[in-house]
Amino acid sequence: MKKLRTILLGITTAVMLGMGASQAATPANTFVMAKDIADIITMDPAEVFELTTGEIIANIYDRVMMFEPEDLQTLVGGVAESWEVGNGGKTITFKIRSGLKFHSGNPVRAEDVAWSLQRVVKLNKTPAFIITQFGWTADNVDGLVKALDDRRFSVTITEEFSPGLVLNALSAGVASVVDKELVMSHEKDGDLGYDWLKSNSAGSGAFSLKTWKANEIVTLDANAGYRHGAPGMQRVILRHVAEPSSQRLLLEKADIDMARNLTPDQVKGVRGNSEIAIDGYPKGTIVYMAANAGHPVLGKTEVVQAIRHLVNYEAMANSFLAGQFVVHQAFWPAGLWGALETTPYKQDVARARSLLKAAGHGDGFELTIHTLTNSPFPEIAQAVQADLAKGGIKANIVTLEGKTLWPKYRAREHDIILARWSPDYVDPHSNADAFAHNPDNRLEAKLTGVLAWRNAWADDSSNMLAVKARNELDLGKRKEQYLELQTMLQKTGPFVIMFQQNEQVARRNNLRGFVSGSNFDLVFYRNVKKQ
Amino acid sequence: MRASTDQAAVGSGLTPPSTLVKIIGVLFSLALTFLGLTAITFVISRVMPVDPVLAIVGDRASNEVYQQVYLQLGLDKPVYVQYLKYLGQLAQGDLGSSIMTTRPVIEDIKRFFPATLELATVATLLGIFVGVPMGVFAAVHQGRWPDHIVRVVALLGYSAPIFWLGLVALLVFYAKLGWVAGPGRLDVYYDGIIDPVTGILLIDAALVRDWEIFRNALSHLVLPASILGTFALAYIARMTRSFMLDQLSQEYILTARVKGIPESRVIWGHAFRNVLVQLITIIGLTYASLLEGSVLTETVFSWPGIGQYITNSLFNNDMNAVLGGTIVVGVCFVGINMLSDLLYRLVDPRIR
Repeated sequence: MKKLRTILLGITTAVMLGMGASQAATPANTFVMAKDIADIITMDPAEVFELTTGEIIANIYDRVMMFEPEDLQTLVGGVAESWEVGNGGKTITFKIRSGLKFHSGNPVRAEDVAWSLQRVVKLNKTPAFIITQFGWTADNVDGLVKALDDRRFSVTITEEFSPGLVLNALSAGVASVVDKELVMSHEKDGDLGYDWLKSNSAGSGAFSLKTWKANEIVTLDANAGYRHGAPGMQRVILRHVAEPSSQRLLLEKADIDMARNLTPDQVKGVRGNSEIAIDGYPKGTIVYMAANAGHPVLGKTEVVQAIRHLVNYEAMANSFLAGQFVVHQAFWPAGLWGALETTPYKQDVARARSLLKAAGHGDGFELTIHTLTNSPFPEIAQAVQADLAKGGIKANIVTLEGKTLWPKYRAREHDIILARWSPDYVDPHSNADAFAHNPDNRLEAKLTGVLAWRNAWADDSSNMLAVKARNELDLGKRKEQYLELQTMLQKTGPFVIMFQQNEQVARRNNLRGFVSGSNFDLVFYRNVKKQ
Repeated sequence: MRASTDQAAVGSGLTPPSTLVKIIGVLFSLALTFLGLTAITFVISRVMPVDPVLAIVGDRASNEVYQQVYLQLGLDKPVYVQYLKYLGQLAQGDLGSSIMTTRPVIEDIKRFFPATLELATVATLLGIFVGVPMGVFAAVHQGRWPDHIVRVVALLGYSAPIFWLGLVALLVFYAKLGWVAGPGRLDVYYDGIIDPVTGILLIDAALVRDWEIFRNALSHLVLPASILGTFALAYIARMTRSFMLDQLSQEYILTARVKGIPESRVIWGHAFRNVLVQLITIIGLTYASLLEGSVLTETVFSWPGIGQYITNSLFNNDMNAVLGGTIVVGVCFVGINMLSDLLYRLVDPRIR
């Protein structure tokens, strides 16, 4: 008994010694954010397509073209200092900036840039389509993307694409410039350094990757020799905190500088705290419903139009979505070049009922809404369910994890899908190609990356306009064509586009300079400073 | 006791199995257990409506990219061929690579399991050192207020949702009182300072005599271990009370008391010694279940343990990781069972 008491006393003392050992605030030269980083599966820019790594590589690598945090609306050269369009718009010759260096100390050469693009095409991972759409294949890319000398390289496209679109696509993550010499020194069995680059970095951006421990932490170190000058923080830490409530507590205790995944309730909860500020960033993510055109009822234009009139968008945006989503009804997000910002639909039950009657479904019908399990999708689905009931439509809701939902969607096994979509790069063609362009609607065509195909919907006029806008050389005309295409899809087609995300970020008041742009990979840490 | 057993064996014409036969028997049953474990997990993975290819390529991948990875993973082969191939790799100690972390599963397990081991061990120790005396105390005072208090505490610990308990504990002891550190195993500034030897931070920090990191790790461990320990404590206290009540009503206890043996000796030296075998079973099972990883505790406290690892892998149909994790859990159960068997022999001469 005496021994037991001694042991218990020992444990208690040890515990007491440990208490309060946590620091009160983050170090002045370190930016610590809490985020759910479980989506990270690779750090290789040729493969990165997840939200978290999208923003991480934006801070590690300079791209051929870039949107900089100082002006997110203007496309400027990244490693490219200047460029010239020739050969009837099919060849662009770039000159790269002088004096650029990779983190390794190697100079950034035109050869590195050309090789980085060639590597993406040859590895052919998911995001490769962003540049392979220009007609580049593993067989021809060496001839079409090539270094001319140390500072000049050219890209030639084989398709009739607008040069503006090519330049925009070269601002995507796949256009990150990697250090050829360093990567190739880690090559194994002709893998172009793929295995090594999954968990290492070889860039010339504002930060380099120090550590990545899956489901735990990502640490970035500042590149003091960055072309825009040394970043404000010497180190950036992304700490994996999956639970939003825990993120909130950490922020309130100043153990982190920023919480990235607070729920609307938690945002509301910290608003009164004078040491915490909430920033809103309009993002490119849109929330939409898509009706399977192969469905005998949902394939009718009037029925989808009726659904558009049944949904009460404002009620949702003003209640449970407060602050985190705003009403948006076109496929290209508001705030971006070429976006249609009109919101013609409001709940109009009488009109919806007359449309249903005209389609021969005045007595209503039954359907299933498949959606994701994570908030706010189940909540939106329930609100839509109630709205559709007003038109006599009985909607059943099935919530599934993404990994279970996507196979159903890609196999056209749904009635209605309620999901999200983000642009792959900052050009309207990115979404037009998914929503409005389905060149082959046959099941065996398996254009599974195309939303229109997934919904078994193809329309000649929509296809033609999408291609016309894609190829248009005149910027003004191109914009008009995209506006027309969005207007067209607001009235026809299988999509009911509902909301656009507004990312809410909670930060400590002493932190400034964090920038989150419209696209998932336009998040910048280099201007972050602490007062 | 042993003599009568031997006589019985001789009398029945049977001879006790040799040690070698016993070892072969144990190894055979172990192999069979693991074969069953991997086979069931493998079949479950194949009937789950989750697409492992999409976990790698993402939902926007073209059909060409999808097919490329589908073939790379060998999913075009019959399930039994895939399973046999996996067993072949396993026999060479290769658990494959994880889709989600891109690293060899064995490396992941080396990183995630020690975190769970650390948490589960402290929680179980808490359960033993607090739960057992609580249970004994309640049994000795059966029907009186100490018994009622222990029963209520045990009931609360057993039935309160661990997720809620964790969040409330964080709010009170971390956010409001500031007595302990918050989520995570260490403050981020200490991350990577010491090289992992065992992966158990308290031990690794003690080995290099870095007491600042030791204190920080301990401060982070206190809360999740206490929360998890509450569950262990409640279960162990409840079972100890029940076992003790059973023993205290036996005639040998009455005899001991009549002989004038001090009450503390009657309780601890006689009654308690007789519940040890049952308690070892309970503690072993509790420890093994905590070693599986408590997903909810790990989530609330951002504790990078094996529970979160297996759960995330399962959601993404990262089957190499799931199978690797399952094997670790299987090893834990088998190992703890064997340890329990060994302890039975130590505490109960009748079993020797």
